Amino acid sequence: MRTLFHLTAREVKSFFYSPIAYVMLVIFLALNGVAFYYAVQTLTKVPADESVVFVTFFSPFFVWPFILIMPLLTMRVFADEFRMGTIESLTTAPVKDWQVVMAKFLGALVFYIVLFIPTYCYFFFYKWLTGIPAAFAAGPYWGSALLLLLAGMFFISMGCLASALNREQINAAAMSLVMTVLFIFLAALPDFFVGKNEEETKWLTHFIGYISFFEHLPTFCRGIIDTRPIVFYLSLTALFLFITHHVFQARKWKS
Amino acid sequence: MISVKNLSKKYGSIAAVNDISFEVEKGEIVGFLGPNGAGKSTTMKMLTGYLPPTSGAASIAGFDVFEKSIEARRRLGYLPENTPLYLDMRVNEYLRYRAHLKGVPSGKVAEAVGEAIGLCSLSDVEKKMIGALSKGYRQRVGLADALVHDPELLILDEPTIGLDPNQIRSVRELIKNLAQRRTVLISTHILPEVEIMCSRVIVIHKGKIRASDTAENLLKNHRAAGQLRIEAKTGTEAREAFGRMTGVKDVQAEQDGEYSIFTLRLDANADVSEEVFRLAADRKWNVRELVRKRATLEDVFVELTHSDI
Repeated sequence: MRTLFHLTAREVKSFFYSPIAYVMLVIFLALNGVAFYYAVQTLTKVPADESVVFVTFFSPFFVWPFILIMPLLTMRVFADEFRMGTIESLTTAPVKDWQVVMAKFLGALVFYIVLFIPTYCYFFFYKWLTGIPAAFAAGPYWGSALLLLLAGMFFISMGCLASALNREQINAAAMSLVMTVLFIFLAALPDFFVGKNEEETKWLTHFIGYISFFEHLPTFCRGIIDTRPIVFYLSLTALFLFITHHVFQARKWKS
Repeated sequence: MISVKNLSKKYGSIAAVNDISFEVEKGEIVGFLGPNGAGKSTTMKMLTGYLPPTSGAASIAGFDVFEKSIEARRRLGYLPENTPLYLDMRVNEYLRYRAHLKGVPSGKVAEAVGEAIGLCSLSDVEKKMIGALSKGYRQRVGLADALVHDPELLILDEPTIGLDPNQIRSVRELIKNLAQRRTVLISTHILPEVEIMCSRVIVIHKGKIRASDTAENLLKNHRAAGQLRIEAKTGTEAREAFGRMTGVKDVQAEQDGEYSIFTLRLDANADVSEEVFRLAADRKWNVRELVRKRATLEDVFVELTHSDI
């Protein structure tokens, strides 16, 4: 446990040692700011059923940075160790492989959470600045936070796998971007079958409904905590970390 | 301390290490010699648990490096080739991190790091970024890392490569100090270093152990154990006369004005200097130099590893 803590601490620190981290923080913060600004603007112009949390997270100013940030978070975690050779000093210290994998994952997750802290403060700054409470309740606020945490865990575990499979950061980033985009836009798959026999594609729509991020997001942003996506994201995270662990161990058997 | 039995590592059909066995006793400083690609680093990587062996076994302090890898790794300090370090960390921060990883109790980390910094003379760069350090300093950071948890065994893969002569000397002094109460396995190309430091030498070539003995014994048993050089005004018969002496393998001659310069290659333990002197005295040759040259470890190394390169 102590080893895991020190490994994770080093991972988190290494994020903050690189200037890219600060660029990411600023850009993510700014774009989320824009998303929040437009959400407030929209809600003041036209009355809507949805909360400001819902409208903010459904803005392209949120969704695109959210997708693009994932590869940047995880691309270097393993690839860099292999490229610099530090993997040798790391794995010849008395640490277990699973500890290394977990530390890489947790390190990226901590940075991911830090990325979101300012955004989640916006909702309160609004009231502080204008004196008017922002239009949201605790349900959407915490619901969206939970979903973003769960989905983040899943995408980070996917990114860790991509990084473990590649020696170059850029390849790791490309691989993880492709996987993230494919997964996120699964939701659009049923659209390709529009006009076809709806009975035939019903199962597909139904299935996509279970696994699509864009189906989960509105549910949680309305404050509905559905246990199915929770189980889904947790088990996929575990699966991807398991595969990452095996890929990481496989380095020994490659010649 | 180290026990290696029939260890092999194959990359595809090529054997980097081919069925080697050796033992290193507690307190020994063993020099691991061999040309590039001989299998030194591969063997060290297997000992540290970085690479699994294809067959055979190795153990450190009784712990199998593969089955009980964590226990074995706790007992060794390893300096990999080229000293990989996190360039974005500061020296003391890196050493603290490594001390924690290697299981130094939290309360003793500061002390252990201070000691390692002191031993490796890193106190002036303690707060610098590793990325900003010169190669010599990085090497010392690597060494400090290897010994921060006070391991019983140090495995150092070419610790002096790429250093200037002054740095080599200081690293050598450091290793000698460290070795006083530790077992050390060190690989290097710098042969005088081995002669000075190591209690035993293992020569490895093409994945096989060619010799394992003290430097002294290796020299004694070396085929071209010595040379004798004579510069004298001699007649033409000298060359043959030298060649007839027992223990002389061959004679080379060159001319320097009136003087002839002969180089006699001698068998192990042969010494013909007295015989040569008497011959010269009898024939009234004017001798201006008579020197006995001892074989160096370099000669041994070349002979053991030169074959079919």
